[in-house]
Amino acid sequence: MAVVKADPGLCQGYANCVVAADDVFDLDDDGVVVVLRDEVEESEKDRVTDAARSCPVSALVVESS
Amino acid sequence: MNPVTVIVGSSIGGVRTAQALRASGYDGEVLLVGEETALPYDKPPLSKGLLAGKSTVEDITLLTEEAAAEAGIRLVPGRAATGLDVAGRWIELADGERLRFDDLVIATGARARPSPWGGMPGVHVLRTLGDAEALARDLGKGGPLVVIGAGFIGAEVAATARDMGVEDVTLVDPAPAPLHGVLGPELADWCARLHAGNGVTTRFGVGVDGIDRSAEGLLVRLADGKRFPAATVVVGIGAVPCDDWLRSSCLRLDDGVVCDAYGRAAENVYAVGDVARVPHPRKNALVRAEHWTSTVEQAARVAHNIARKESPRAHEPVEYVWSDQYDNTIQITGHTGGPLSAVTVPGPDPGRAFARLYAEPDGSFAGAVTVNWPRALITCRKAVGSAASLEEIRGSVSAKRPVTKTGARP
Repeated sequence: MAVVKADPGLCQGYANCVVAADDVFDLDDDGVVVVLRDEVEESEKDRVTDAARSCPVSALVVESS
Repeated sequence: MNPVTVIVGSSIGGVRTAQALRASGYDGEVLLVGEETALPYDKPPLSKGLLAGKSTVEDITLLTEEAAAEAGIRLVPGRAATGLDVAGRWIELADGERLRFDDLVIATGARARPSPWGGMPGVHVLRTLGDAEALARDLGKGGPLVVIGAGFIGAEVAATARDMGVEDVTLVDPAPAPLHGVLGPELADWCARLHAGNGVTTRFGVGVDGIDRSAEGLLVRLADGKRFPAATVVVGIGAVPCDDWLRSSCLRLDDGVVCDAYGRAAENVYAVGDVARVPHPRKNALVRAEHWTSTVEQAARVAHNIARKESPRAHEPVEYVWSDQYDNTIQITGHTGGPLSAVTVPGPDPGRAFARLYAEPDGSFAGAVTVNWPRALITCRKAVGSAASLEEIRGSVSAKRPVTKTGARP
């Protein structure tokens, strides 16, 4: 499994993560990131890492657990 | 011998290509050649947080030496590429050294269009970390500041300068309002009022005749005869692709490196980012985008196409660009502005948040500008390139307004 972490304080609501992986990330009504699943399968890790890296303010990380 | 991918250009396009090569399982050597000596850094903060002193060079570093070593990316900083031999598969650096490659990625970006009114102390462009640091030093001394050009860079610099407490800021553009091309007339007027409301003197619809320098400082002369004294001038009039070093190669250059849908400029030669001109399927044209997100997407695609040559993927661009001005986030996706018809959907806080949706002449949804309403932006971004009508998207966006305690949408 891999762990998905977000720093809501950094999030600016650019929404790249949601467009890349809307099964893992969403934005709340204030436009701040919400992690829908904080653990993802190893098989999903590359895709979710790509989504995390698409954040312009580096508010997201995916780490091996 | 291990294959070698040489990436020329160490900003976001180059760094993300290098990282995506590793993520795609590429096990050859990866060299990241950069003209600047600084570690790779991100550019959007240069006109915002870094300029204002709210973020540091460390904050905007894209790849540290440790992270590069861990990923097996060899950094080659402070070395400009000066030539390319496609058939011989090597590039030449300014000091004459040649680097051999199996695959080459051109990610040299774009440079600021220089001031046509001459360069002199106090007159700045903004594209590199060095530019931002020099501008921050001058803005730290106060105004007056004159910003020539109300595109993304100019509008953001004017807003940041006001946020920094610079008292006397003037924003000048021959267009009728800021970001006129992408916002369309009504929304561009809103943006002009945004700047005026934040204390910026705005002069739109008038060009600049020249910049003079005297003992008292700089003087910006407008075509209508008005003169604005300035301690600092920022010239934000666009960027030109850094493709000069490829002039003697056989690559097709046309305001950037012309690529196919896979990002290929020639056999084993690819381009990404501001320097790349790629086919846009919906516009049926070659497009060179200077957008962070499209660069990141191109980098991922080109890295895949190098690592998995047997299953290349074509670019599927969805335009997306954002701009932060004062406490507003403006997000733009798809085809917007110009002569397109448009409707406005009020957001959760209608005084502050809204979406403007644009339609193609046949009524299909073309694109959107959202202001302080990221959830509407997501809906619109996903709909770009679909067959949805403007009315359908208007309905979906309206449904994104949060329901209040009384059960009504604002």
